[in-house]
Amino acid sequence: MQDFGSAFGLAFELIVGFDTDLLAIVGLSLRVTFAALLISCLIGLPIGAALAVSSFPGRGALVVTFNTMMGLPPVVVGLLAYMMLSNAGPLGVLKLLYTPGAMVIAQTILVTPIVVALSRQMIEDLNKEYAEQFRSLVVPFPTAMAALLWDARFALATVALAGFGRAIAEVGAVMIVGGNINHVTRVMTTAIALETSKGDLALALALGIILLIIAMAVNAAVQGINAKARRNAYA
Amino acid sequence: MLRKTAFSLAFIAAAALHWTIAPASAEERFIVVQSTTSTANSGLLDAILPKFKDKTGIDVRVVAVGTGQAIKNATNGDGDVLFVHAKSAEEKFVADGWGVKRRDVMYNDFVIVGPKGDPAGIKGMDEATEALKKIAEAGAPFASRGDDSGTHKKELSLWKAADVDVAHASGDWYRETGSGMGATLNTAAGMGAYALTDRATWISFKNKSELAILAEGDDRLFNQYGVILVNPEKHAAVKADEGNAFIDWLTGPEGQQAIADYKLEGQQLFFPNADKATN
Repeated sequence: MQDFGSAFGLAFELIVGFDTDLLAIVGLSLRVTFAALLISCLIGLPIGAALAVSSFPGRGALVVTFNTMMGLPPVVVGLLAYMMLSNAGPLGVLKLLYTPGAMVIAQTILVTPIVVALSRQMIEDLNKEYAEQFRSLVVPFPTAMAALLWDARFALATVALAGFGRAIAEVGAVMIVGGNINHVTRVMTTAIALETSKGDLALALALGIILLIIAMAVNAAVQGINAKARRNAYA
Repeated sequence: MLRKTAFSLAFIAAAALHWTIAPASAEERFIVVQSTTSTANSGLLDAILPKFKDKTGIDVRVVAVGTGQAIKNATNGDGDVLFVHAKSAEEKFVADGWGVKRRDVMYNDFVIVGPKGDPAGIKGMDEATEALKKIAEAGAPFASRGDDSGTHKKELSLWKAADVDVAHASGDWYRETGSGMGATLNTAAGMGAYALTDRATWISFKNKSELAILAEGDDRLFNQYGVILVNPEKHAAVKADEGNAFIDWLTGPEGQQAIADYKLEGQQLFFPNADKATN
């Protein structure tokens, strides 16, 4: 297996070479994933916070449902999104199939349950400390939710990173709804799958290494921002 | 403070979504072609499509999947043109009203590859069915696509002609990968199995490992590609004008010449033959 050695060399060449096709693929990967992540957070964080502080019949079942949906197979999500967005499907008129928009939708379905389930857990834990104070001050529900979300923001950044990791790494969903069309919907993971199917294992692995480096950069950036914000918050 | 944050977050999200989706909208003319992995992975489409775009300004977006899935997607109206290689399935697609008309485009052939050690002893054989019989008799591992693709359909017809019941051997020496040609060749390389592959994919495949072409040259291994416009009467979204322009170009002199000119490692991968059957 000389592929291992050549993969690292190739990854290095691709990075220093600033290959324009590769840059476009990396750019699309990040755009799709960040768009999906933002929408997931906007939907998921309020739901997670609301679940954390409220109690109603069926809440337990809802929590279990969201926890289960963290394990949704990407290929199933892709298939469902394809059936919805296909010209023969109910949302075919939107003309989203085989566009980055379809990929954002599929990844949003994948990531939102993660954001809901993890933020629910984090905020529930924090609420144990806050609940009594909220009660004694008669804090209205939305204000309490917002205060909890704000105070849990550092932990929630990690939740967002978990969602980011899921979205940037999945291939099953974006392959089906995006179609891996060159220069239109090809992202890092589908490009890796393509090179593997061409038998170019070294190039596939090189792309994998680059994907990991990008994910590491994003994680380091969030970590850096978090650390700085924490210093300011406690200063 | 919080409300402000929420507003700015919503704004950022909307902007991000717009930024992601907008470039795909109607800034240029394009068609979606449902095609097979062999035409895309071999580099043929990358080589010839820019010529079509230069001439017409129409961008061709290729979804490369197995023939079975390509036909299914086209039946759903998720594509303007179908460009695959399973003649009987293509004719059925047209007969059922999903496609307008089928035209021949080009051909190449299938080959049987296998480990250089050749445990079934088929090296040099030019009768595909005899070679398959020997593989079955030896119980040597055979990696099948198993995915209803054009190659898979061809393979099954060959087993039938060889009078071998592969369903019975499934999981034993007959191994259905249920994936694309490249993935199946990767599997065959990994387990030292025989496999049926189209020549174009084989030549462009880079992980040959211990595999080599062992049997070829049978008329039955002929591999014809056809092109069909998805029926606009079934799916109003089909871009008939652009799709027809592509089909005319592909089966016309310029497209045919571009196909003939495409070579990899000095070998011509596809042989244009549109004239014969167009009328």
